[in-house]
Amino acid sequence: MATEALHENETLASLKSEAESLKGKLEEERAKLHDVELHQVAERVEALGQFVMKTRRTLKGHGNKVLCMDWCKDKRRIVSSSQECKVEILRLHWDIQPLPHSLRFFSWKDGKVIVWDSFTTNKEHAVTMPCTWVMACAYAPSGCAIACGGLDNKCSVYPLTFDKNENMAAKKKSVAMHTNYLSACSFTNSDMQILTASGDGTCALWDVESGQLLQSFHGHGADVLCLDLAPSETGNTFVSGGCDKKAMVWDMRSGQCVQAFETHESDINSVRYYPSGDAFASGSDDATCRLYDLRADREVAIYSKESIIFGASSVDFSLSGRLLFAGYNDYTINVWDVLKGSRVSILFGHENRVSTLRVSPDGTAFCSGSWDHTLRVWA
Amino acid sequence: MPHLRKMERVVVSMQDPDQGVKMRSQRLLVTVIPHAVTGGDVVQWLTQKFCISEEEARHLGAVLVQHGYIYPLRDPRSLVLRPDETPYRFQTPYFWTSTLWPAAELDYAIYLAKKNIRKQGTLVDYEKECYDRLHTKINHAWDLVLMQAREQLRAAKQRRKGDRLVIACQEQTYWLVNRPPPGAPSVLEQSPGRGSCAASRVHMRGDFYKQEIEYCRRALGRTRVKSSVCLEAYLSFCGQRGPHDPLVSGCLPSNPWISDDDAYWVMNAPTVVAPTKLRVERWGFSFRELLEDPVGRAHFMDFLGKEFSGENLSFWEACEELRYGAQAQVPTLVDAVYQQFLAPGAARWVNIDSRTMERTLEGLRQPHRYVLDDAQLHIYMLMKKDSYPRFLKSDMYKGLLAEAGIPLETKKRVFPFSRRPRHSSPSPALLPTPVEPTAAGGPGGGDGVA
Repeated sequence: MATEALHENETLASLKSEAESLKGKLEEERAKLHDVELHQVAERVEALGQFVMKTRRTLKGHGNKVLCMDWCKDKRRIVSSSQECKVEILRLHWDIQPLPHSLRFFSWKDGKVIVWDSFTTNKEHAVTMPCTWVMACAYAPSGCAIACGGLDNKCSVYPLTFDKNENMAAKKKSVAMHTNYLSACSFTNSDMQILTASGDGTCALWDVESGQLLQSFHGHGADVLCLDLAPSETGNTFVSGGCDKKAMVWDMRSGQCVQAFETHESDINSVRYYPSGDAFASGSDDATCRLYDLRADREVAIYSKESIIFGASSVDFSLSGRLLFAGYNDYTINVWDVLKGSRVSILFGHENRVSTLRVSPDGTAFCSGSWDHTLRVWA
Repeated sequence: MPHLRKMERVVVSMQDPDQGVKMRSQRLLVTVIPHAVTGGDVVQWLTQKFCISEEEARHLGAVLVQHGYIYPLRDPRSLVLRPDETPYRFQTPYFWTSTLWPAAELDYAIYLAKKNIRKQGTLVDYEKECYDRLHTKINHAWDLVLMQAREQLRAAKQRRKGDRLVIACQEQTYWLVNRPPPGAPSVLEQSPGRGSCAASRVHMRGDFYKQEIEYCRRALGRTRVKSSVCLEAYLSFCGQRGPHDPLVSGCLPSNPWISDDDAYWVMNAPTVVAPTKLRVERWGFSFRELLEDPVGRAHFMDFLGKEFSGENLSFWEACEELRYGAQAQVPTLVDAVYQQFLAPGAARWVNIDSRTMERTLEGLRQPHRYVLDDAQLHIYMLMKKDSYPRFLKSDMYKGLLAEAGIPLETKKRVFPFSRRPRHSSPSPALLPTPVEPTAAGGPGGGDGVA
């Protein structure tokens, strides 16, 4: 028995070293066709003018950290999700803020999911979630439903109803089941399929109607934190990023990893495709955002600055792909010139870390959500 | 947490005797504290070192203070950076946040006890509460707590007044970071689950590495494109789309978020009779762009109708419905598509090459949602390479382009403080679901607009 175990260990070690050496060869191959840097090519591009972006709307209504948000296709509605804060009078949890002296009773602030018309700042729907951190939420393409989940390891779909007699939570459909927290979710081209990413290291594609697992994606070595669907003509791939510092591109049909990139130095918190679908950007705890080209099969740009120390939590492109907006854990939003690699602007306003950021479907604004309980729409 | 290490490096370079922030001795009442810096000097140093604006430097400095790497000498209760003559000092590495020592309850109890003993009434409200709670919780060890507190105070008395003051500030800062007062953000808080990211949840067994090896072998064989070609593509894409990007080039008549006027959305509604010039231009950028716009797609369908190849687009739409439809609908949809588009003598037979047709028919024996992928791709490429370019050259398209208008810019309001009423719009959840043209015998077989 002892010799068997020894044999297995040797095999594991040799497999690991084989993988490492192949990865090295792959990097060599990738480097062969790298004949020019992006900022060199972009030298002849006109510089962008002065940027004045301000907060145009502030959405207040969450009782705790805003964790995720998504736009509706109607370009003005958004769904946002937050954390719950539970404080009990008798037992003291050091990781939760103690209440001020006067409020000595059971206080529940449930994790909420709110749907807003952010143009008028009216709240249209609110759902109380029975789990503490609702880390992922998504708007259905039809605008008739939302999906959300988090520490409950599930992704649930709620049809939106304006019927006062109907309780939204009653019609909820439990779609996805993971073995760890849900970190991201997204509908595909219709209301009937959902793609999820989880702390259990996998992504999965689900049929909403039946809750059936259609495809699962294994390959990450740690928690998967984010995903984004490719805007391609054939609509078959998506990219995911995780705590293993890897960004992986998957074929939705076969479940196989098509391309993988491992150049970040820390967790990848956010990935987003460039509008043409030929590249994607990533934001990481290593305080950099990077651009990876899918045809060249390599990293082609790094967006970083010595004064930017905190991790980037979320990234998104403007409509033309010229600007990259990135929200950071030091409460700021940095705007990058994608082609020239320089920072165009820094936006202050949030009073705690920016946790989520999405550009609106028609590119007229972008929305940021923060641990300061608010969401801001900037233009 | 990489950001803590980076902050460390910044404060270390700030303390460099040559290149660092100007150090001075600070007089506090009768005591003189060495190696102090002013808030203003900190901000200036950051501005110069990182070539950033003063606003950004103040923000960065504030973050360093919030994390306890720099502490105020005069008002140690609040970790705030004042960009003036206010004195600050650099925290001793012993207390650095990055050491991530678990701040134990016992230590906190001793600290609060010391404060309480040293000067009755120095404990603030929330500190008093914590003190009482700890007293209840570790009552059994309370003697030890008081003894330790007294001992530390006694040892401190033996030091010079200046050192005593400094150590008290350092300790106070440490606890402000680790036990923030209610309302202050806790800089140490992390998202749940991430703490164990380092310890991988995925079992690194042989399978994992075998998968990586297989992936690498496949990847080594793939064709890559030269960087210069790929990067040029970005330039042309951004250049082409720039005028269509509201955040880069603005939008007419106005950006709704800035002007509070939703005219832009009304003019660019999904189904609108008179699309704007920019919108019609976009249909010429790529086939995908044309199909994604309901108005564009409708006009393209009309065009195909004139060329008697409308069934191609309908077939493609039916395949999309299959691919993204409910799992339970798959057999029904596959059958409907076959009957309408693929069966010999079908009403709207599509022209697919014989090899693809053979493979598709073979696959139909065991229908699944991807069974029509090959056929769909074939028809898509046919439309893209053939019908689409002809559409762009057609009189129909040229006419649409000529007709399409450019909205006038909204006149800026004379009184900028009077807000336009923001119109609400009906939620998509209220509207009746539009009837999509379906392959399964929907009305009109899908020639018209939904």
